[in-house]
Amino acid sequence: MSKEDRRLLILEREMKARMYQKSALLEILHLAHELYGYFDKELLNYISERLNLPPSHVYGVASFYHLFKLKKPGEHVVSACMGTACYVSGVEEIISAIEREFNIKRGGSTPDGKLSLFITRCIGACAMAPNVTVDNEVIGKATKEIVLKRIKDIIGG
Amino acid sequence: MKPEDILRIAREESEKWRAYKYRINICCSSGCLPFGALNLLKAFENAVKEFGVEGECKVARTGCPGTCSIGPVVLVEPGGYIYQNVTPEKAKEIVKSHIVAGIPAKEYLYANEAFFKKQFRLVLRNAGKIDPMRIEDYIAAGGYQALIKCLTKMTPKEVIDEVIVSGLRGRGGAGFPTGQKWSFVAREKNTPKYVVANLDEGDPGVFANRTLAEADPHSIIEGMIISAYAVGAEQGYIYVRAEYPLAVNTLREALKQAKAMNLIGGNILESGFNFNIELRLGAGAFIAGEETGILASIEGRRATPRPRPPYPAVSGLWGKPTLINNVETLANVPQIILNGGDWFAKIGTPKCAGTKCFSLTGKVRNPGLIEVPMGITLREVIFEIGGGVPGGRKFKAVLVGGPSGGCLPESMLDLPIDYESLTKAGAIMGSGGIVVIDDTACMVDTAWFFTDFCVDESCGKCVPCRVGLLKIRNILERIMRGEGKMDDISLLEELGVYVRDASLCGLGQTAPNPTLTTLRYFRDEYVAHIAEKRCPAGKCFKKEAPLEVRL
Repeated sequence: MSKEDRRLLILEREMKARMYQKSALLEILHLAHELYGYFDKELLNYISERLNLPPSHVYGVASFYHLFKLKKPGEHVVSACMGTACYVSGVEEIISAIEREFNIKRGGSTPDGKLSLFITRCIGACAMAPNVTVDNEVIGKATKEIVLKRIKDIIGG
Repeated sequence: MKPEDILRIAREESEKWRAYKYRINICCSSGCLPFGALNLLKAFENAVKEFGVEGECKVARTGCPGTCSIGPVVLVEPGGYIYQNVTPEKAKEIVKSHIVAGIPAKEYLYANEAFFKKQFRLVLRNAGKIDPMRIEDYIAAGGYQALIKCLTKMTPKEVIDEVIVSGLRGRGGAGFPTGQKWSFVAREKNTPKYVVANLDEGDPGVFANRTLAEADPHSIIEGMIISAYAVGAEQGYIYVRAEYPLAVNTLREALKQAKAMNLIGGNILESGFNFNIELRLGAGAFIAGEETGILASIEGRRATPRPRPPYPAVSGLWGKPTLINNVETLANVPQIILNGGDWFAKIGTPKCAGTKCFSLTGKVRNPGLIEVPMGITLREVIFEIGGGVPGGRKFKAVLVGGPSGGCLPESMLDLPIDYESLTKAGAIMGSGGIVVIDDTACMVDTAWFFTDFCVDESCGKCVPCRVGLLKIRNILERIMRGEGKMDDISLLEELGVYVRDASLCGLGQTAPNPTLTTLRYFRDEYVAHIAEKRCPAGKCFKKEAPLEVRL
């Protein structure tokens, strides 16, 4: 992470606008996550330094909230919705199929960094359950055949 | 801006509405958006132009009318015609037939009167009918008139009294009388005071608050301004889940427009009352919806609850008196002010006035968002509004109240929906989730799923919840693997009661509900798993090792 990084300037500007208030931590983390896609140690340390908060506090908050990723996600991201409606509609079967097919574990990425499999909270399309999101495209009333094919298409292409 | 200016906008906008003979409302909320609603919007706009009827037909982007299972949905007014699974191709035909020729395109209509018949739309009265991105639409529908009434004709005390008379209770789940809560904050001398609108709808399978924010954000904002006026607060926060990007954007835009019209900010409508609202984003923590958890999160900390007292009404945000209301509660307020508390008190049951929004999902023919008067029975909701269980399967159970609700069997279906009856049966009103479960589901597995969710979401602060829930989940897994012992049943019951009674906050106190209610109503399934090593639904004993990595 270089100091000339434009994203860092944006982050710095936001912190300044909020007068480096400690209570703005969650807002700053949101922005940083949006800019970088995940948090590494360096980024968290930087925020802790600028807001004058102990690194343990910043890490504590960052790791508390599920939305924040502490590991770099893969090139392509599959997120299966584990909301109640999706669960009773059999999303578990789809998740297991993806795990077997691509030798990947939920929450993890393939060794080549091509694919990540995440479990998300309810995306709100419950009436179309089960839902699986493949690179921001929501597949409603999903089956394992459709989802596996879609993933193969994007990884291959 | 003065109150008269708002009333003038209302008049002008209503005239504009009346100038159009038809209005085509395209649902662009989270349920329909992933399935091509925006393309549809363009298709309708083009079709209307193509047939040269843009002068008499308005195409509008709206929120959700509630029928999420048949999306993308299009509502044509007047008459409330709902078209289902609309595609750009169908759009052209609908315009040609319905708008140009005046004959609704029957083959694409959603012919389901039962879905709406027993509903009572009070909070969702504007959902699917107005453009949430236009404050003028809300004003034309009578919006902000309650605020004007409060600011010009009522004292804060009178506002609170009206809410007390209405019998409105908190819609976030606990059901605390709203007027009483307001009066607690109003009587505090310590300033500044804060109001917080809770839109941290973390339950999986629940989307009522989100739909409300996406369809009618100003009803929340208006209710919030009135609550601030009543308790004497100058700063408010809407705490909304970051996982709801559309709701966030809609609220952001709505706040901007309200500010431009001086409905929030300094000297609101020249009344001398100041009030600002800021949006705060959650970050995926179920516990942040808890009363004291939300406060910690707004202050930028881990959302761990703390013991009460002191209650937030006395010492909330930054140690100051804070009023926390669910957004659905707030959306009721303008109607109460306009129509009077007595009017509201007549809806629903004597102890439980008003309506409640429910997300009806699971194995039911017509899933979607519904709003029903309190006191309606579960049977009416599931079999009349919901249309029963599809696919020739049999109804087995219904989970009421989200992941920490209870699973109720067929014999409990005539239970009226109100806070007390549900709690007595072992469920909770919670955030308003109704998940129907059919006979393909295993009840042990169902209990495991919800317990697992709560294990994951436990903040870890107090031992009963952190350790107790984990133990419950492990025992359930053991039973599902076929290694259960008969003693496990009593052990689960004992543990469940400990966790319920000893936990610090609402999450731990309700998290054992799914396990306890399935033990109470579906004990034979547990026995079959343990004694006969058999899963009546044929689901268990197939699971591989415990699922370790969640979320």
